[in-house]
Amino acid sequence: MKTYTFTEKKDTRSGYGAGLLEAAKRNPNVVGLTADLTPSVKMEAFSKEFPERFIQVGIAEANMIGIAAGMTIGGKIPFASTFANFATSRVYDQIRQSVAYSAKNVKIAATHAGLTVGEDGATHQVLEDIGMMKMLPGMTVVVPCDYNQAYLTTLAAAEHYGPMYLRYGRPTVPNFTSLDEKFEIGKGILLQEGKDVTIIATGHLVWTALQAAKQLDEKGISAEVINIHTIKPLDTELILSSVVKTGCVVTAEEHNIIGGLGDSVAHVLGRTVPTPIEMLGVNDVFGESGTPQQLLDKHHLNEEGIIASVLTVLNRK
Amino acid sequence: MKTISELQDIASQVRRDIIRMTAQVQSGHPGGSLGCADFLTALYFNVMNIAPNKFKMSGENEDLFFLSNGHISPVFYSVLAHRGYFSKSELSTFRKMESRLQGHPSISHHLPGVRVASGSLGQGLSVSIGAALTKKLNGDKSLVYCLCGDGELQEGQNWEAIMFAAAKNVNNLIAVVDANGLQIDGATKDVCDLGDLRAKFEAFGWQVLEMDGHNFENIFAVLNEAKEKLTTGKPVFIVMKTEMGRGIDFMVNNYKYHGTTTNPEQTELALSQLNETLGDY
Repeated sequence: MKTYTFTEKKDTRSGYGAGLLEAAKRNPNVVGLTADLTPSVKMEAFSKEFPERFIQVGIAEANMIGIAAGMTIGGKIPFASTFANFATSRVYDQIRQSVAYSAKNVKIAATHAGLTVGEDGATHQVLEDIGMMKMLPGMTVVVPCDYNQAYLTTLAAAEHYGPMYLRYGRPTVPNFTSLDEKFEIGKGILLQEGKDVTIIATGHLVWTALQAAKQLDEKGISAEVINIHTIKPLDTELILSSVVKTGCVVTAEEHNIIGGLGDSVAHVLGRTVPTPIEMLGVNDVFGESGTPQQLLDKHHLNEEGIIASVLTVLNRK
Repeated sequence: MKTISELQDIASQVRRDIIRMTAQVQSGHPGGSLGCADFLTALYFNVMNIAPNKFKMSGENEDLFFLSNGHISPVFYSVLAHRGYFSKSELSTFRKMESRLQGHPSISHHLPGVRVASGSLGQGLSVSIGAALTKKLNGDKSLVYCLCGDGELQEGQNWEAIMFAAAKNVNNLIAVVDANGLQIDGATKDVCDLGDLRAKFEAFGWQVLEMDGHNFENIFAVLNEAKEKLTTGKPVFIVMKTEMGRGIDFMVNNYKYHGTTTNPEQTELALSQLNETLGDY
């Protein structure tokens, strides 16, 4: 088995902040907008280095999305940042009409996605954002798994033309990927080869999937682990090549099972190679206050949950 | 530059286009379109610095216009066609399958002259602010114009945008409201009264002017004054008084024509009141 290690835990939103600063240094057209959350969305360094390219909109997310759309006219590449709930569900029609339908080169860079916002509770724990965003024609949806991948995601987004939804998280998680790794939007990453089951994970659950695979290996179950950072467009080639080999799938994500990664994978499988699948996610309920780990445990979004899903799906082969 | 008489001829033809376009497909929004025919004719022919024959989405070094109340697409399309953005014959495709002239403006069909989709109300002012900010960052001295409906100001996003534009000194933006006092369900003051728009915008920090949307000389005078006022650092808001259904006696100030088209007899009657100055498409 391949071994993945990390030296420190870091948050993916900080990977975004560092990536934005670097993207802005490389390209003078990169601009950043926020709605009164500069430190939380990690835009402080960017705002200090490029004050004229930093737009403080105030607590007015709808206006922020519209301004971002307008700024593309004339060549700017706006990164519009706020908490993921306010960056999506609060402004869905603004994104739909002014960004997606208008094919504007806006990067909706959303932080604090999912359950791991923690104590703030369900109002701030968006679990529907991937679904909402992937349903918009032309929208690219990326969920990086750690700090380094968040950094690379941000740089790639600045160079990719078209509307994008970038989903970052709040908590620190193992930073195990390499900055030297090739990162390509739309191309999943095969982290671990295996033959019995394919585990497809996104975001914070990727590290968890690797740990689960290690435990499964000790039980004599060989799990293939794929990091799908781009939910749309989905790397169907990688997924199908793995599934044809293993014959069953577990997906894992910090999102409602309706509308998320699992839903996208099931869609592809159903239309091509119908395959037993277990979808691990939040089972169509709202979140609540708690520590991130308590919340993840409650919804079985942990190693034990992935292992249980694997055992279930193996029985369905 | 066109003379007032030439502009009147264009506006009369634009009004004929509006009636014919909406009647042909028995859908669309003639009332507000008729009310804004004079203003958009004035803006596109004599005010904005634009390059209709080589349309570029980026609009660098050109004045930009954003239609926030996208339902008055008939007047927008007709003026764009007369100004040379695309062929007038294409007006006959309005709201039909495969047409670039979608019911509400869209960029998905790449119609020259349109830079953002509108139709879902309340979004155009924010987009205009964004375009204005980019012009500032690019050192582009051109201006951004935005037209919205008065009923549209009931949408909350506008007030976010209004607050922002004044707070951030977006002084390359002129916003015009089509103050015809009517919306789908009746008079704006009955549906949800906007109150004193001048006082509201001034309280938000804008400079406010009033304009007669059917008097070309007044339109030019007020727009010139607006440009001068921008130099003091704040955006300018113009309350443009118009009549919904302007130019056709049975449609004037009748809110039912916001989104109702004329039947064949009414179409004939309406067209009899508008001179065919430049030839129907």
